[in-house]
Amino acid sequence: MEILKTILSVTGIATVLTVLIIIAEKFLNNYGECKIDINEGEKELAVDGGSSLLTSLAANKIFIPSACGGKATCGMCKVKVVNGAGPLLPTEEPYLSPEERAAGVRLSCQVKIKNDIKISVPEELFNIREYQATITSVSEMTHDIIEYRFEFDDGEDISFKAGQYMQIESKPYGKVKEKATRAYSISSVPSDNKAFELIIRRVPGGLCTTYMHEHAKVGDKMRVTGPYGDFYTRDDSDQYIFMAGGSGLAPIKSIVMDIVEKGLDKKMIFFFGAVTKKDLYHTDFFREIEEKYPDFKYIPALSNPAPEDNWEGETGLVTDVMKRYVESGNGRHAYLCGSPGMINACIKVLTSIDFKESLIYYDKF
Amino acid sequence: MDSPQISPLIIFFASIITSNMVLSNFLGMCSFISVSNEFKTASGLGKAVTLVMIFTTVINFAVYRFIVVPLELEYLRYVVFIIVIAASVQIIELAMDRFLPELHIKLGIFLPLITVNCAILGISLFMVIRDYNFIQTLLFGAGSGLGWWLAISTLAAIREKTNKSKIPQGLVGPGLTFIIIGLMALAFMGFSGIFTIQ
Repeated sequence: MEILKTILSVTGIATVLTVLIIIAEKFLNNYGECKIDINEGEKELAVDGGSSLLTSLAANKIFIPSACGGKATCGMCKVKVVNGAGPLLPTEEPYLSPEERAAGVRLSCQVKIKNDIKISVPEELFNIREYQATITSVSEMTHDIIEYRFEFDDGEDISFKAGQYMQIESKPYGKVKEKATRAYSISSVPSDNKAFELIIRRVPGGLCTTYMHEHAKVGDKMRVTGPYGDFYTRDDSDQYIFMAGGSGLAPIKSIVMDIVEKGLDKKMIFFFGAVTKKDLYHTDFFREIEEKYPDFKYIPALSNPAPEDNWEGETGLVTDVMKRYVESGNGRHAYLCGSPGMINACIKVLTSIDFKESLIYYDKF
Repeated sequence: MDSPQISPLIIFFASIITSNMVLSNFLGMCSFISVSNEFKTASGLGKAVTLVMIFTTVINFAVYRFIVVPLELEYLRYVVFIIVIAASVQIIELAMDRFLPELHIKLGIFLPLITVNCAILGISLFMVIRDYNFIQTLLFGAGSGLGWWLAISTLAAIREKTNKSKIPQGLVGPGLTFIIIGLMALAFMGFSGIFTIQ
């Protein structure tokens, strides 16, 4: 009897409070219908006020990149708000530079819609969608790098620029109870638009890479969003220098395939840095392009080849090797993809040979 | 102790100074230490705590007198108080966002933090143990809140100073903070000749 009374009273009190919160939410958090005006009237959305800009946009299939899911910890969901967002919140301050604050940039997960709001987002973001995709092949490239092919369910297709990336969501596994969303560059060509490929290097202790390497298998379904990013080739040069290390090869592969396929008249040279021969992959693939397409040159460089490698190619740090081939900027564009250490070293080398910093594009990871 | 005899005003001042929640009972330490790096933020949190303390003690007083006691559920007071606190903080936050948006921007991020502040629960439990009446409870809540605000603002002000001074390596951070808190507690206890409630 006593037990029953206890259970009933606690449940009763909790229910009353819950009802009170629901009522309060309904009356206090009801801001009526609000309009979101995107890019000066290019798109107009009518949403129910009271929730965050990020979730309201996502509900209307406009996906702003966000890795933390709206907790103001990743700082990725920046959106320029023209007016209607209210003052800057303390939670946003750490992620915005003085220039961004002056330009009205906000974290869309922290902006609550209470009235009509005007925002401006880059055109590319309209393209971003959520897909359901199935892994159709898993190919081991090196001892720690795997290439995955995903095909979209329901025959959907995607339109992306070579060099952009996708976000995939890992499922809980083993002791890891949470989902993780991570970004990986697309390694397949844009014309292959019913599918996409990702090259993922295993990061020790990494949530998503461990999931992919140990648990993901052919036939698995995953939630993916994309395409994101601005690491694609700009057209105002006909000479490109590419440099990559490890899984940074992915976007370069996509870009090179795209250019070759479209038959564009570009001179390209691709430096790929690795330690020993067992870290090289897709070598035959690039050699084949080299044969068919005289304007493309592939230069793998090993920093520390093993004796059994019988290595006859370039030796040394990939930045030093590049210095031997490239004398000056001369209107060329450079596209770099790899670890921050490699990219910073490379930018140093390039600027020392008269390369304009504004013509160096990079994707650090 | 025959509580009803104590003047509410004495309770009010005592809970600010001599029976300060954080310095004499060491309740609410987590946010007291972690959010006291900067004076501005600390003061913001202090205000939010004061507000929530006043509201929740009043609500909990009513819940205790009119629901818990008649139903003979005194042994459940911990559970009841904590859910009442959690729910009322939610509602206060919604209401504040609606009617006092400026205040919400200043205090808003602290409100959810406070839900689990032990000082808030402590107040409600003390009010029961000491058998306070309504006026005493109200002033006890207000006083404890102001006391907590005073304590965290003072600590933050001192820490802002010490952040700029030369400190032995081993004491930087929590070490020095605990020493400061200890000294502050001693200073506050110095007033105990004037009035005391526990």
